[in-house]
Amino acid sequence: MHAVTTTSTAPAARPRLSWFTFASPANFYRLAGVLGPAAGIIAAAFALAGLWMGFFVAPTDATQGEVYRIIFIHVPAAWLSMVLYVAMAFWAAIGWFLNARMAFIFARAIAPTGALFTLLALWTGSLWGRPTWGTWWVWDARLTSELILLFLYLGYMALVAAIDDTRRADKAGALLAIVGVVNVPVIYFSVIWWNTLHQGSSLTMGAQPHMASTMLVAMLLLTLACWAYAFAVVFVRARAIVLEREGDTAWARALVAQTNQGM
Amino acid sequence: MHWHDASEFFAMGGRGGFVWGAYGTMALLMAVEPLLARWRHRAARRAIAERMADEAAARAAAGERK
Repeated sequence: MHAVTTTSTAPAARPRLSWFTFASPANFYRLAGVLGPAAGIIAAAFALAGLWMGFFVAPTDATQGEVYRIIFIHVPAAWLSMVLYVAMAFWAAIGWFLNARMAFIFARAIAPTGALFTLLALWTGSLWGRPTWGTWWVWDARLTSELILLFLYLGYMALVAAIDDTRRADKAGALLAIVGVVNVPVIYFSVIWWNTLHQGSSLTMGAQPHMASTMLVAMLLLTLACWAYAFAVVFVRARAIVLEREGDTAWARALVAQTNQGM
Repeated sequence: MHWHDASEFFAMGGRGGFVWGAYGTMALLMAVEPLLARWRHRAARRAIAERMADEAAARAAAGERK
């Protein structure tokens, strides 16, 4: 990647509070160009370590046999689905109250990855539920609230895609994302609040985990892998959205002109 | 290591379809999503390059008319 010398943005388009913790889109674009690939490499390393622990070190489960090994990806996917929703709603709220452009871009960039992990949590859970519970799906509190999370992600994506005016789309999406955040504690505490088929938490703060330490290490390694993966892919998507929105600025044009010359 | 051979590993105690169905889908989708994001990034760059080329062509045409 070539170094960019032109960092000027169109003065009129600058957000009012751009000095407040937010890098300018130009600075973010360059920073994410370095951090994104780094996060991808970290994700691959943690994934390899976690898969090795999960399949070759962690023992067979006494009651569930080998099928329990789905937990090593099911729990990380479910955690990420909730964490990414909170992150999306957080940036949407920052965008809403501070009118910061980069915050809206982050919210939009997070949504598809969050939807992906929600879908994977449901899918891996279904494939685990069939052999252990005897059913692919049950309308209990944990599963239903996770399905609602998927609809919230898809609703957000459909809403921002349906409104042509970028600023209005950002604001409408932000409202949906912020209101939907009430669903996250419902998912998290559903196994405590209601009597569900879903098993209780594998990990509880301040308590001994209900699993062998090698199982726990495998699950945590794959959680870190998913986390790093999410950073990597969200950075790539956020860079794409920055260019989609900043196509008329001097820095974006200088960047494109420079790389096209180099090719 | 508790697997005696590869077939025992892939059988996953008779639950191979469930285990590999879960892992396979996750691997597939996590391979496809970064590609889609990268394509979107490339398309955004191309759109800027095309707009710049169009504007340069328009400027050249306006220059000829003078």
